[in-house]
Order: sequence, then C-alpha cells, then structure tokens
Amino acid sequence: MEQIRLSGIVKSYGKIEVVKNLDLTIAPGEFLTILGPSGCGKTTTLRMIAGLEEPDQGVIELGDRVVFSRNDGVVLPPEVRGLGLIFQSYALWPHMTVAKNITLALKEQRLSKSEIEARLKTALELVQLEDFAKRYPSELSGGQQQRVAVARLIALRPSILLMDEPLSNLDAKLRTEMRVGLKRLHRDLEATTVYVTHDQIEALTLSDRIIIMNEGVIMQEGTPFDIYHHPANLFVAEFIGDPKINLFTGAIKAGKLDCGDLTLPLADEFADRGGEMIVAARPEKIAVSYKAKRGWQQVAVEIVQPTGADTIIQVKVGDTHLTLLQSGFITLDEGAPLWIDFDLSALNFFDPKTTKNLRPAS
Amino acid sequence: MVSTPDAGGKPNPWSGRNIAYQAYRLKNKPELIIGVMCLAFLAFVVLVPLFQILRDAFTFQSYDLSYNPEGEVGAFTLFHFDRVFFQPISKALFVKPLINSLSMGVAVTTIGIIVGSGLAWLMVRTNVYFKEVFGAMLVFPYMMPSWVMALAWLSLFRNDRIGGSEGVMTSVFGVQAPNWIAYGFVPIVITLSLHYYAYAYLLISGALATVDSELEEAGATAGMGKWKRIRVITMPLLLPALGSAVVLTFIRILGTFGTPALLGLPVRFFTFSTQIYASINARNQGDAYVLALVLIILAITFIWINSRIIGVRKSYVTMTGKGFRKKESDLGKMRWPATIFVILFLCLTVVMPLTLLLWESMTLIPGDYSWNNLSGYFWYGSGNVDLAYGEPGVIHNKGILGALGNSIKLGFLAALFNGALGLLVGYAVVRGRGGKLSKALEGIAFAPYIFPSIALGAIYIGMFSSSIGPIPALYGTFTILVLITVIKNLPFTSRTGIAAMLQIHQSLEETARVQGIGWFRRMLRIIIPLSMSGLVAGMLLTFITAMRELSLIILLLSPGNMVLTGVIFGYQEQDMAQHSAAVTLMLVLIIITISVIVKVMARGAGTGRLNTT
Ligand SMILES: Nc1ncnc2c1ncn2[C@@H]1O[C@H](COP(=O)(O)OP(=O)(O)OP(=O)(O)O)[C@@H](O)[C@H]1O
Ligand SMILES: [Mg+2]
Repeated sequence: MEQIRLSGIVKSYGKIEVVKNLDLTIAPGEFLTILGPSGCGKTTTLRMIAGLEEPDQGVIELGDRVVFSRNDGVVLPPEVRGLGLIFQSYALWPHMTVAKNITLALKEQRLSKSEIEARLKTALELVQLEDFAKRYPSELSGGQQQRVAVARLIALRPSILLMDEPLSNLDAKLRTEMRVGLKRLHRDLEATTVYVTHDQIEALTLSDRIIIMNEGVIMQEGTPFDIYHHPANLFVAEFIGDPKINLFTGAIKAGKLDCGDLTLPLADEFADRGGEMIVAARPEKIAVSYKAKRGWQQVAVEIVQPTGADTIIQVKVGDTHLTLLQSGFITLDEGAPLWIDFDLSALNFFDPKTTKNLRPAS
Repeated sequence: MVSTPDAGGKPNPWSGRNIAYQAYRLKNKPELIIGVMCLAFLAFVVLVPLFQILRDAFTFQSYDLSYNPEGEVGAFTLFHFDRVFFQPISKALFVKPLINSLSMGVAVTTIGIIVGSGLAWLMVRTNVYFKEVFGAMLVFPYMMPSWVMALAWLSLFRNDRIGGSEGVMTSVFGVQAPNWIAYGFVPIVITLSLHYYAYAYLLISGALATVDSELEEAGATAGMGKWKRIRVITMPLLLPALGSAVVLTFIRILGTFGTPALLGLPVRFFTFSTQIYASINARNQGDAYVLALVLIILAITFIWINSRIIGVRKSYVTMTGKGFRKKESDLGKMRWPATIFVILFLCLTVVMPLTLLLWESMTLIPGDYSWNNLSGYFWYGSGNVDLAYGEPGVIHNKGILGALGNSIKLGFLAALFNGALGLLVGYAVVRGRGGKLSKALEGIAFAPYIFPSIALGAIYIGMFSSSIGPIPALYGTFTILVLITVIKNLPFTSRTGIAAMLQIHQSLEETARVQGIGWFRRMLRIIIPLSMSGLVAGMLLTFITAMRELSLIILLLSPGNMVLTGVIFGYQEQDMAQHSAAVTLMLVLIIITISVIVKVMARGAGTGRLNTT
C-alpha cells in the first residue's frame, strides 16, 4: 500500500491546457475514482501517474518516492514505477496465450519457475479462467478478455492499481458482474487504486472517494455520499444522478421562495438573503401522494417510465417540468393529478452567479 | 512580485538541473534515441555521398589533366559542367541521352500504365477465368531482372550486322531483322513496357480493390451514367495510386541500365544510364557525376510536376473495414476473349522469354536453333577450348557459382538489414508521430526513392573512396553492395515498417512498459512478433530486388564482389549468349523458388491468429 500524491500538475497539448494545476492525494489502500465528462483529462491524469505522459509542471510522488519533479529534474520511467495498469482496450498481447500474457512480466523479473506457476494458478482461479490458459485472446469473449487483464495484474501484485474505463467495452449486464470482480481485486491486492470512468454508477458503487473533473479542473472531491447529497456546485449536481436532478430558480420574497409555478418555504439560514437561488431536488427526494394533501402542491402526470424496480414519472405544473422517482412498478394515466411535497433538508440551493452550493457539506 | 525560476515559472533551460532533466527524459524515450541514431546514419549514407559528388563535380580532378595539363588538382572549376553542357561534345554526352531517356521514359510509362491498369481492372473488377493463376503469374516479371525481356528479344532478333551470332528469326526463317527492330528505341520501349507494366498493375489493382464499389453504386443511385461514375468517383479515388505508379515507373526507367545497354549500345543508342556507365569506363568520372546530378534533378522535377497535377490530397482513405465489398462486372460474351487475351499476354511476357532463354542456353553452336544443335553443354559441360573460350558450363563454373553465392548473400543480408532498419525507422516514426524528428526521419528514409538507380550507384562510387575516420574505403567491397541495396530499398521497407507499427496499438507496448519490461525485451517479445508478417513481406521484396538488381550496382562491381547479374552482363558483352541465358534462367528460378518457400512458410507460421484481433 502506497500513497499517491500529485501537486501542482499542469499538462498541455500544444496550446490547450488539458490538466490545470492539479493537487491530489490518495491515501494508502484507498479506492479513488476520477469521474468526468469525455475529454476532461481523466486519462491524461492517469497516464501521468503511470509515467506514460510527462507533466509540464508539478511533482508526483508514489509512496515516499518522487517519481516526477519538473523542477528537480526527476522523471522515472514507467518501467520502474511498479504499478499495475488496465487499459480500456485491455491491451492483451494477441500473439500470446492467456498463460503467456499473465506470466511474461514475471519471467522478465526472473522469478523462479515454481513461483511463476503458483502465481499463474492463483490469478486464473481468482478470475475463474482456469480452463482458458492455453487460449489466445482472440478466442475469448470481451468479458473473459477483461478478466485476463485483471489476472495479469493480480499475478504482478502491484501496490498501486490504475484502471482506465476497464468496463466500458462490456455490455450492461456483464458490467455489473465485473464491477464486483474489480471491487474484490482491490480488496485482495490491498492496492491503492485510481479508477477512471465516465460512468457515475461505477464511481458511486466502487469508490471510497470520488473526484469530479471538468476541463482539467477538480470540481469536487468527496465520498460518494457527499458527492450525491451535497454537490459542491451546479456542474456536479447536474452531472451526478440518473434521472437528472430537478433544477429551478426561485426568488426570495416575503420569507418564502417564489419559484413561479411552485412556492417553497424558506429555510431559516437564508432568511437574511435577498435575490434569487437555484433549487436542486433529487427526483427520489420529492414526496408523492396520489390523493390531495393539505399544503402539498398539485401537479399533472406527463410521462410514466417504469424501469422494473423503480418508476420515473415526469410531471408538470404550469410551465415547470419535474422528474420524480418512485420505487415499484407504477402505471398512471397521462394528465392524472399528483400531489408533491419537498423536504427542505434534502434540497440543495445554489448561488446563480457563482454556481456554488449555498449549503456545502460539513 | 519577485518570481524565482523554481517557483512555478519556466525553468532556466541551461541550468544543470534542466540539462539533467532533459537527459532523463531522453533516456525514457527510446523512440527518440532510435530516431536520432537512424537519422544520423541515413544522413551519413545519403547526404555525405551526395555532397562528395557535388564537391568532385566542382573541383578539378587528376583525371582531367589529360584535357587540361595546366589545371590545378583540387581547385574549384566549372570545367565538368562546361564540358557536358556547352562544348561540342555536349551533343553526344548530354543532348542525345537526354532526348533518348526522356522519350523512352514517357513512352514506357504511358504503355506500362495503360497495360497495367487495364489488367488490374480485368483482374479485380471483372469475372475473367483463372484469376488465381493469372494473379500469381502477372507479377512474375517483377521477380525477374528488367532486362530478361531484352535478352529474349536478342535471342529472337539478333542480326548479323552487328557481329556475333544471329537470332532465332534469322536461323529459322532465314530473314535478317532490320536494325530498328533488333536494336535501339523501339525494342527498348517494347521490352521495358512488358516488364514495367507490373508496377502499375500491382499499385492499381491494390487501389482498385480498396475502392468500395458501394461508393460507385451510390453514384449509380444518384443517377450518374457509367462513364460519369468512372470519371467522378472511381478516377479521383484511383488518382493517388495512378500518380505513384507514374512516378515509380518513370524514375525506374530513368535509372535503368540493363535493357538500354543490351539493346542500345550495339547501335550507339545512349541513354543517361548507359552514358554514365560509358563515362566512368572512360575514366571521365566528372562527366558521370554531372550527368547523375542532372538525372536526380530530372527525377525531382518530375515528382514535383506530378504532385502538382495530382494535388496534395495524397491518400483518400476509403478503407473503412466496414461495408467493404468488391463487385465484379460480368464480361458476358467478352469473358472468354478477355481470358484468352490475358493468356496470350502472359505467354508474351513470361512463357516466351523464359522459353527462349532455355532454348538459347541449350544451343551448342551459337546462332543455330535446330534440334540437332540442342545440348546441355552450357549447363553441365566441363569446359572445352573450342566452345565459348573454354568457359565451363554453369555447374562447373567457379566464377558463376561464386557469384551465385554472392548474390544470395547480398539478397539475404540486404533483406536482413533492411528489415531491421525498416522496423527501427517505423518504430521511431510512429511512436514519435507529430514531432519534428519523426517527420525528418520519414522524409530522409524516403529520399533514396528520388535517386534513379544508376545515379545512386554513381554517387556511391565517390562514397568512401578513401577511408573516413574508422570507416575504411568501401569501393569494390561487398559491403558497399549491401549498403547501397539497403539504402535503395529503404523507402519501401520503412513504409512497411511504418504500416506494421501503425497496426500495433501503442497500449500493447505501454502495458509491457508499466509491467517493468525493458525496451529491448519489449521489442523482442512484443513489437517484432507482431510486426513480423508485414516485415517478412517487405524483406522478401528486398531479397528479390537485390538478387535481380543490375542498374544500381553495375558501377560498383569488381571481380572481388561479383554477383550473378554482373556475370550475365559480362557474358553478354562478350557475345556468350548461351552462358548469359543459362545464368539468367538459373537466377530467375532461384528467385521464384525462394519467394515461394518464404510465402509458404509465412503462411504456415499461423499468423492468421493475429488478424482477428
Ligand atoms: N496525445 C494527445 N495530443 C493532443 N491532445 C491530446 C492527446 N491526448 C489527449 N489529448 C486531448 O486532451 C484532452 C483530455 O484527454 P483525455 O484522454 O485525458 O480525456 P478523458 O477525460 O480520458 O476522456 P474520455 O472519457 O473520452 O476518455 C482531450 O481534449 C484530448 O483531445
Ligand atoms: Mg479516457
């Protein structure tokens, strides 16, 4: 288990600054996910940690080793950084059998024959591919190929694991299965892990901590719980959550929040504020009643989408459209009335100018 | 605010720390180190000799003393240029060869392209019969020396006006072929066209096969007529291949030596290549260097004009890997006639010359092509003072067998070095994509392409004529043959290397890197095995070209480094037609055998597995 530390990392391609002054510390054994939209610099960051890409400025430390420091003139090549990396494409060597793929690096390390055999066996057992040792990668399914890539890492026993969208080439069902496998891999190796993805479910389910990145800048870092419940700014609020969070603007008037078609009570903490706020309500945090209730607001059903365990309900009130999420398989008629209520403590409020959360996580 | 260089600002580029850092970086980037080494080597072997002949062309040489005893050896002079361009001798030295070379180049290129593309269309886009066999045989000329046709032509039409024995026509029909049929411009153009069509055929059939016929069908749906479709869709897509075929053929013909020597010299029909050869033999290197420079400038001008006409949109990418479908048009009633046409054409270009050579090699008394005169003497006779100056037959002939050994060694070594160099250049170019070094390397690896063979040979005469530092004088050594062959083939092998390297996704190497596998082992275990099938094809090509090459090395051959093609040319010069025919036939058979073996082995090596990923 080693700590990873990036400080003041800057990276440009030509004139475009892809990573802007990044500071990041990953605790020993932690599972950290870098999450962000396509092109935001996730892969670049990962490759800089691995040594496959050189930052323009900054310092990278793995454990107590400085592996890169622009100002001290240190660049250690990837070969000696001693980490494990899984590419999106798995990068299995097509001309070698599964067994050779797994043992090549071990042989280069001149481990003893029995040691290599033992590690190969354990690795294949862990990914349940014992019978496939003699196959070539092209003779395996996508999921099996991914497991070979994992086995290759297991056999090497790195203390740092880097993964770049290792599940994105798999279909939805396999992805869920493999997610469990990766979690187990992290636990078994006890390795400090950096995981790159643009899939928020993976980020939320796997991570100890999540970094949300956009255009080379960290928008928020925190636990999955905080990221989901207390987004630091509008970008994170909108980026995380499926179905998307409901956003609407409200003006503070006479101790209430006037949102046009809806009116919300004003939380005490904002009593002294004037002007406008953006209200963010997670679809599942909006209470729903099929019968009229005192003080609840009436809305009309637009579209109902049952997904099995849950149902997404699109409703409207005046010109305001809202998304609700209820558990269970629900069918409703279009235009049917519903009553909704907001739990003030579950809402987030953002400053429309700075886009910052007015109620940041404590 | 005061900013110190260490606090976020740009570090001083010349500080000790920064130099250490740059050294570190270089060490971590093997492609940079390899790129710099390749670049230095190529600059040395391409630019240094060019510089040397430029220097020699502009300075007074000891061999010029016979023209001007007053001259000071080593002083700057325009004497050579004056002689070639402005003195009365210029007409013979420069003007006539220029006219001959250019008209020969234009004629052969035109015919070759028309024949080659016609055949390509028949083979790729129509339903002629026997495609498999035809496909294999149409590239046979590529495996033979370009002057095999010329030898066959001489066997057929040699007349008594030049001296020496007569050919089949005189012997069988009793008619003497007129000089203009037997020698000079007409037969040179015909025989060269029947060889060089193969280049156009290879390039254009490759391009035709990748032009998606769905594209053309899309044109048809858009309401275009057949000819409009060809003009608007097919032609623009074929243009790059057509352009390369034109340039390739034209430059090859400018630099070709064998055919113009065999068919031109007897009637004093000189091209640039034969004139350069004659000047060197007459110890007028200065003239030869100037002519070689002119030849290079001609080639560059031609490439420039060609790129102007075709434009810079060099490669339309039509290979999508998806929806790729070849549609054959039905020839209908023309199917058999077209097939018969191809058969006749193959008889003319492959069967007939080889048969004639076999026949020639088996005539005991030269010029007598009757049954009674047939004999295997020139194959296995052990030497008889009454026949061919007592020169023994092929299998007892030390000179021939030694040259055979040299030829095979040359082909093998050239292929090996070329493969290695192509791999390294490909690696440095592809991994360094986007950088200046990568571009420079790609450029210089392509440079030998623009040197017509004979001109490159002329340049290499000057190369290391004396020792430079640790490198000994190379003139007359076997090493220089290997070197020039490697350099001449580099444009093609480095392309193969680049193409092979582009196929290997960089993550395959990066994974190994991260796993702690060093550069050398990565090359050995990953890069080389994965690029092998492409490299083998490129190396086989080098082997073939090296074995059959004459124009490139004719100026560099000496008894110490003699190869088969040189032996053949020597026999031909001494009017020993049977020997030259026998050796040529042997050479062709060896080339074909070896390339078949290599192809079968490469197929057997199970490379099919790689294609699926
Ligand atoms: N070698 C390169 N040369 C130039 N630009 C590059 C290079 N590699 C990445 N970029 C650019 O840097 C930016 C960040 O790329 P990066 O691969 O880190 O994105 P990402 O967050 O991993 O995206 P994705 O989710 O699509 O994989 C992109 O705009 C990309 O175009
Ligand atoms: Mg990426």
